[in-house]
Amino acid sequence: MHVKPLMNKYAFLGVPVPLSESLNEARALTKRPAATLPPFGALAAAERVAKLQEAARALRTSAVKTIAAAGMGHVGGDLSVADILATLFFGVLTLDPKNPNWPQRDRFILSKGHCAGALYSALAMRGFIAPDALSTFMAPLSALNGHPNRRKVPGVEANTGPLGHGLPIAVGCAIAARLAKADWRTFVVLGDGELQEGSNWEAAMAAGHRGLSNLTAIVDRNRLQQGARTEDTNRLEPLADKWRAFGWEVAEADGHDIAGLFAFLNARGTDRPRCLIARTTKGKGVSFMEDRVEWHHKVPNAQQVQDALRELAQ
Amino acid sequence: MNVEAMPQSPETFDCRVAFADELTSLARADERIVAVCNDSVGSSNLVAFVKEFPDRLINVGIAEQNMVGVAAGLANGGFIPFVCGASPFLTGRALEQIKADIAYNHYHVVLCGMSPGMAYGELGPTHHSVEDLAWLRAIADLTIVVPADPAETRSAMQWAVGANRPIFLRVGRFKVPAIGGTFEAGKIGTLRHGKDVTLAATGTMVSRALEAANLLKRRGIEARVLNVSTIKPLDRDTLIKAAKETGRIVTAEEAVVHGGLGAAVAELLSQAHPVPMRILGVPEFAPTGSTSFLLDHFGLNAAGIAAAALELIG
Repeated sequence: MHVKPLMNKYAFLGVPVPLSESLNEARALTKRPAATLPPFGALAAAERVAKLQEAARALRTSAVKTIAAAGMGHVGGDLSVADILATLFFGVLTLDPKNPNWPQRDRFILSKGHCAGALYSALAMRGFIAPDALSTFMAPLSALNGHPNRRKVPGVEANTGPLGHGLPIAVGCAIAARLAKADWRTFVVLGDGELQEGSNWEAAMAAGHRGLSNLTAIVDRNRLQQGARTEDTNRLEPLADKWRAFGWEVAEADGHDIAGLFAFLNARGTDRPRCLIARTTKGKGVSFMEDRVEWHHKVPNAQQVQDALRELAQ
Repeated sequence: MNVEAMPQSPETFDCRVAFADELTSLARADERIVAVCNDSVGSSNLVAFVKEFPDRLINVGIAEQNMVGVAAGLANGGFIPFVCGASPFLTGRALEQIKADIAYNHYHVVLCGMSPGMAYGELGPTHHSVEDLAWLRAIADLTIVVPADPAETRSAMQWAVGANRPIFLRVGRFKVPAIGGTFEAGKIGTLRHGKDVTLAATGTMVSRALEAANLLKRRGIEARVLNVSTIKPLDRDTLIKAAKETGRIVTAEEAVVHGGLGAAVAELLSQAHPVPMRILGVPEFAPTGSTSFLLDHFGLNAAGIAAAALELIG
């Protein structure tokens, strides 16, 4: 049987990932080009917060549209993590969209890879991928798989999806920066439900033991996992105490407060890895989705999409 | 090379010794090389390495999932990690990390399965790594290398440094005689020419296949002996040629009889050039005994291989 091959012009968005020829490039402490700095990082505080809020709103809108077009996705978690991603990509991360594998870039790993719709939206907004590629999310042969693939999508550092993988990889990145005597930082966003995976605690222990102050973990603490509340499924609390006990500097904050996120994420650690437990609302910004377990990966119908976009525009 | 006669009691070697020495030597020449281990500094023979490169040995403790994730992160940061752990735990405990973090990400990491097969003899099946070839063969993009002796171990490591791909290297502990020869990635070495039957062996079984060929010669049978040091991707041409020219194949491996070398050869030949086969390996959880005892117990010795060949010849 002959099957006609499918074509998709967004089958490959990336550039081949090269092997570093030398560590010297990663190590060089040259001044970072202006184009690599976070776009709103240097603005005055009030303007910066307004711009970051605007970016977060655009990211939410993009994620809802992306999921609506695909008819698939994880809308609840995309919306809970939106303020965190907007703050990181527009206020914190030093990146070069024109040279995604620039050795001095900050590393960002989305451990909760099922929220790829939000990540792709951030990558499109920061200029890593064409915005209209988002319309091919999960379409046949699209580079934009339901979980991110670094070999096809520039700006993706790790192919996540199975839970409990992001933090160990981030720990490796942080050790690499330290070994190379480089000053780039590593950030990882973890779902709260995925903290039930033991591999996170292997990694947390290693990071605490090594005092990886160049590593920041952000827990998207929306208190819901796929099937139910985290505390009804397999209790996480007292969560901050757990991280502290593993040797981390821990803060708890409103994960939708852009000014607070900006301040914490731009501060550097002293002798310990840093963890922000970001208290968030799953489905944040869309009233009928907020804090409702079924919106983990329920797909909105046409009317719900309209309602959601109207609410997000307000 | 043509090995017509093996000495009766040749000197034998633990491949881990050559491995450790070569790793230190490679690390001197290339600052990107680091070792990652799971409290296995002693069992992986890394004592000299850590003495010379204290910062370049990352011992994550007894945490294989984190160990493999950390290696992915180190590769992301420009390093070439050699991950050294006992093969049963490296490949069994961290299988999903090997699939997702290393192979699917296509990170240049060399996963070194130390003391594989039944090297831990009396410690029993929990510590045997006879499943590794089967479950790793199922993972796309992962190159699987099983050197037969110390020289081939060194040669394979030298290749791995420049290979820029995910690699699994099975590093034997059970002492084997020197076979000689150089590792050539993706190529099967023909150690002895013959037209009556092919003995395709890997790792510890290669020297035994050569001994079996000597036994067969006494009965006037000319056996071809192949050293299959790259299990995946398989050298199709050499195997198909052997099937055509000798008409029958015995495979021998210190691994389960399902899914390893024998299965790989059978998958190929059943579709390309079917010939009668015998697959020698480990058919069940091993009883208590030394490695040497267990190999004899399962017929993984010269007499067992020769008997299988005679059975095929009829």
